[in-house]
Amino acid sequence: MIRLEGLSLAIGRQPVLDSVSLDLAPGSITGLVGESGSGKSMTALAIMGLLPPGMRAMGRVMLDGQNLLEASEPDMGRIRGRRIGMIFQEPMTALNPLMTIGDQVAEVLRLHEGMGRRTALDRARERLDRVGLPAPRFPLTLYPHELSGGQRQRVAIAMAIALRPGLLIADEPTTALDVTTQARILDLLKALVRDEGMALLLITHDLAVVAGMADRVAVMQGGRVVESGPTGTVFRQRSHPYTRQLFSASRYSPVRGPRPAAPPLLEVRDAVRDYRLPQGGLRALDRVNLTVARGESVGLVGESGCGKSTLARVILGLDPLQGGRIRLDGQDVAAGRRMPRGLRARMQAVFQDPFGSFDPRWRVDRLLAEPFHLTGRPPDWRDRVAAALAEVGLDPGDARRFIHEFSGGQRQRLAIARALIIRPALIVLDEAVSALDVRVRAQVLDLLARLQADHGLSYLFISHDLSVVRGIADRVLVMQAGRIVEEGPPEQVIDAPRHSHTQALVAAMPVIPGDWI
Amino acid sequence: MLRYVLRQMIVMGSSLLAASALIFSVVELVPGDPASFMLGTGAQPETLAALRQQIGLDQPLALRYAAWLGAILHGDFGTSFTYKTPIAGMIAERLQVSLPLALMALALAIALALPVGLYAAARRDRAGDGLAMGTTHLGIALPNFWFAMLLVLVFAVRLRWLPAGGFPGWSDPLAALTSLILPATALALPQAAILARVLRSALVETMGQDYIRTARAKGLTAGQALRRHALRNALIPVLTILGMQFSFLLAGAIIIENVFYLPGLGRMIFQAITQRDLIVVQSAVLVLVAAVIAVTFLVDLAYGAVDPRLRRA
Amino acid sequence: MRIGPALGAALAGLALSAAVLSAFWTPYDAGLMAIADKLQPPSGAHWFGTDHFGRDILSMAMAGARTSMAVALVAVAIGMGLGVPLGLLAAARRGTWTDEIVMRGNDLIFAFPSLVIAILITAVWGPSALNAMVAIGIFNVPVFARVTRGAALPVWVLDYIRAARVAGKGAGLISVQHILPNIAGLLIVQATIQFSLGILAEAGLSYVGLGAQPPTPSWGRMLAEAQTMVALAPHVAVIPGLCIVLTVLGLNLLGDGLRDALDPRLRVRR
Repeated sequence: MIRLEGLSLAIGRQPVLDSVSLDLAPGSITGLVGESGSGKSMTALAIMGLLPPGMRAMGRVMLDGQNLLEASEPDMGRIRGRRIGMIFQEPMTALNPLMTIGDQVAEVLRLHEGMGRRTALDRARERLDRVGLPAPRFPLTLYPHELSGGQRQRVAIAMAIALRPGLLIADEPTTALDVTTQARILDLLKALVRDEGMALLLITHDLAVVAGMADRVAVMQGGRVVESGPTGTVFRQRSHPYTRQLFSASRYSPVRGPRPAAPPLLEVRDAVRDYRLPQGGLRALDRVNLTVARGESVGLVGESGCGKSTLARVILGLDPLQGGRIRLDGQDVAAGRRMPRGLRARMQAVFQDPFGSFDPRWRVDRLLAEPFHLTGRPPDWRDRVAAALAEVGLDPGDARRFIHEFSGGQRQRLAIARALIIRPALIVLDEAVSALDVRVRAQVLDLLARLQADHGLSYLFISHDLSVVRGIADRVLVMQAGRIVEEGPPEQVIDAPRHSHTQALVAAMPVIPGDWI
Repeated sequence: MLRYVLRQMIVMGSSLLAASALIFSVVELVPGDPASFMLGTGAQPETLAALRQQIGLDQPLALRYAAWLGAILHGDFGTSFTYKTPIAGMIAERLQVSLPLALMALALAIALALPVGLYAAARRDRAGDGLAMGTTHLGIALPNFWFAMLLVLVFAVRLRWLPAGGFPGWSDPLAALTSLILPATALALPQAAILARVLRSALVETMGQDYIRTARAKGLTAGQALRRHALRNALIPVLTILGMQFSFLLAGAIIIENVFYLPGLGRMIFQAITQRDLIVVQSAVLVLVAAVIAVTFLVDLAYGAVDPRLRRA
Repeated sequence: MRIGPALGAALAGLALSAAVLSAFWTPYDAGLMAIADKLQPPSGAHWFGTDHFGRDILSMAMAGARTSMAVALVAVAIGMGLGVPLGLLAAARRGTWTDEIVMRGNDLIFAFPSLVIAILITAVWGPSALNAMVAIGIFNVPVFARVTRGAALPVWVLDYIRAARVAGKGAGLISVQHILPNIAGLLIVQATIQFSLGILAEAGLSYVGLGAQPPTPSWGRMLAEAQTMVALAPHVAVIPGLCIVLTVLGLNLLGDGLRDALDPRLRVRR
């Protein structure tokens, strides 16, 4: 029904899209996969005619014999929302915060069908029911801030499908959501395609999501579709080398040697952390127990708001505890100045955001040397910085550069170098690879495994993603609502979960079918 | 919403209390004491003692503050030292000029800024935007009292369309309003320039938000998205500026009254300063500050009306 | 639009040079009266003409620039000197009582327009240019405190601040080493805005007699003295007004240019 033919787009001389061709058939799901910057989102915006100002796409986007790239702006206004709907990645910001959800859904109907407010709201009610926001619990008068991320994404879907468009474009619709919420949104999208007979263009970086959803898949790299076809065929054959790389990187787990039994390094006993909020108290940590031995990797998994980041903060001595104790090397960890510097220097951290982890106004040498604040800066600190850079696979000459000159993967290497520079015993990795593309992620995981073997480091690896933890952890802990609900070796926790929450997490985890591998 | 309003009222009440204490204590800082300051060096000892007694200087500071505040709450601002008349009446009379002037200027500023800001945001980075923003740059740089002098020169002296100054009183409403046109214009124009710039940048900022992209994906044109989604969201920063502007307008009105010889609060204050009438100065300043605090309260209420996220808290 | 910042720098530079130059040299003595030469229109001998006392307006305008700029500059220094540390403190202690007290105190001061502060000060200590500095300076304090806090808050939640805390650094050190350099651009832009507002405010205060007193030359007082002469000799009122407009315009254009140059969204991020 919608056909892209040789869609091309350039910024200056830099090609962004290079003759992209796709067929989007009614009642079928097409997965568009690729890493960041591959042109997936630009393809979607080009179809919608919503490219950033100054950009013009070449080629053809055919809808019922009409080339949308040549359509006038008023014509595109009649097509958007009526013939093609679109939803975006960030449900938290995708809705107007000052408008009720009923009015936002009704707006599409009033705009295109000229309905009165009353009629439009009745229809909006019916559409919200359809996307799983039933009347009694979700009145039309709710505002976006009264809904969770998943619920907001449902509102966005209701708006996009309000007029039963022939094509729905979903750009990373579940990337910002928890895995259980993701599974429910994906189920909803699947059911909508089946019931309403529309075409779905599903844009994602996650091969496993595509494997479970799409009838056909197109793999994009550097603005080009390098391989496309029925999902099963593409995944089984992997005829293009890039597809093969993506495939192996997404299931990557580094080779790690056997770990000898060792005494405990970090002990968390009955840790309790309460927050006072306007709506009342919140117990973020509820008698949490956790041990990390020397040289051990412990994975901590849970959904957003389960308390895993709070746990990281109290372990690092950034926030105080309201009960229980945390010991590192037999000494008590405390918040602020009460913790001796020598003890603080025994642990370091790597955070998620490779872009926010470094002061943009400092040079690399000063950035990496910052932890020397704990130990006193040694006279040979420049050599130490150079050695740390070399150790994480960067050029010692990078020491005088600024952080914006590095890619996301390089920044995460720098963050690891900064953590290593004072030779800590424990490194807390808080979603340290979550923001990275799969191939870069595999390289960083390799680096972490090698450094652990070389220095006998202990890792506390915090993540929302069970599949990542599986590859790097000796032991996995599952956290829910401030409590550890399950603990064990990764194979056991993931392949034979005992607690109902773990079972739900595992069931929701998108996987590539075993016989495709 | 009720809880939100109550909380804002408590904030306003405590601000008023703190402001009154501040004003009261600053006046206590005069060299010597307020009575000898007001009477000057050549005062008779008996007169001085009498004045001290009248303003209660023989009592402790806290007690005097409490008495002063208590009287004000009953509408009694004391008696002018110079004119021997109740200050409350003087202020009420002067406010009949200053308040309409400030409100007229505010209305005029909004009426000018709204279309200019919307227009510039809609034509962002094009010639129309550049022209509009260049003009506002000039408007911001205008000292309002100088602009007022130029207005008098052109519209009163040369063209003789409008009076050059003076105020005929509200017994003739039309004449009264006519005499406020030039002062209000002089006050409003620089403020309109500021408001238009703030509105434009707030609109441009909101036009970059995700929900505008969502609105475009629904089929709204850029203009529809601007009017239906961006404008209301942009109103929040604009309200902040609007609240601050009222205090500038009130202060500006005091200066502008001098250009047009308007018998407003400003003229009264300057006369009181020359006459060393501290009681009048103190009361007038309190009224001005109370007006600013009250406007802040109204702006906070407006926030609550615009933004549902605030009503809950 | 690119000519804006250049024009701004030129205008502001001109005003600044005139102010500095007037300390050493003016065409005539700015206070010298020559009644015989009164109210002369601009000419070769008096480029900007003379006022009702026969004083050379160019000389007075140059000396007035010095007063205006000195008052505005000191006022900005007072505002930054007190406001920036307060804002940093409030941001570092965000959500605590310290933050609440600092911000409430700010709101309170903010309810006093600079003119009202000047009225209070003048009523008690009498008018002078120093009073104008203090009044405008006090008014600037909450402005800088708010801007500093507002800009510092989003920096405080970034991961590099967490990394600095993991490196054992306290709130004070982090504020100085990380927060201040990262919000400095914004503060510089705000300083140019407050500087230009200070010039406007000084002119207003001097115009109503709450600022510079005779014989200190001042643009605002020149306008006050010119008011009765407007119809007779417009240049007496037009020239000091243009001085104010062009200086303020120049500073604002310069501030805009700085803002664009320092806008974090235009830098490489995310």
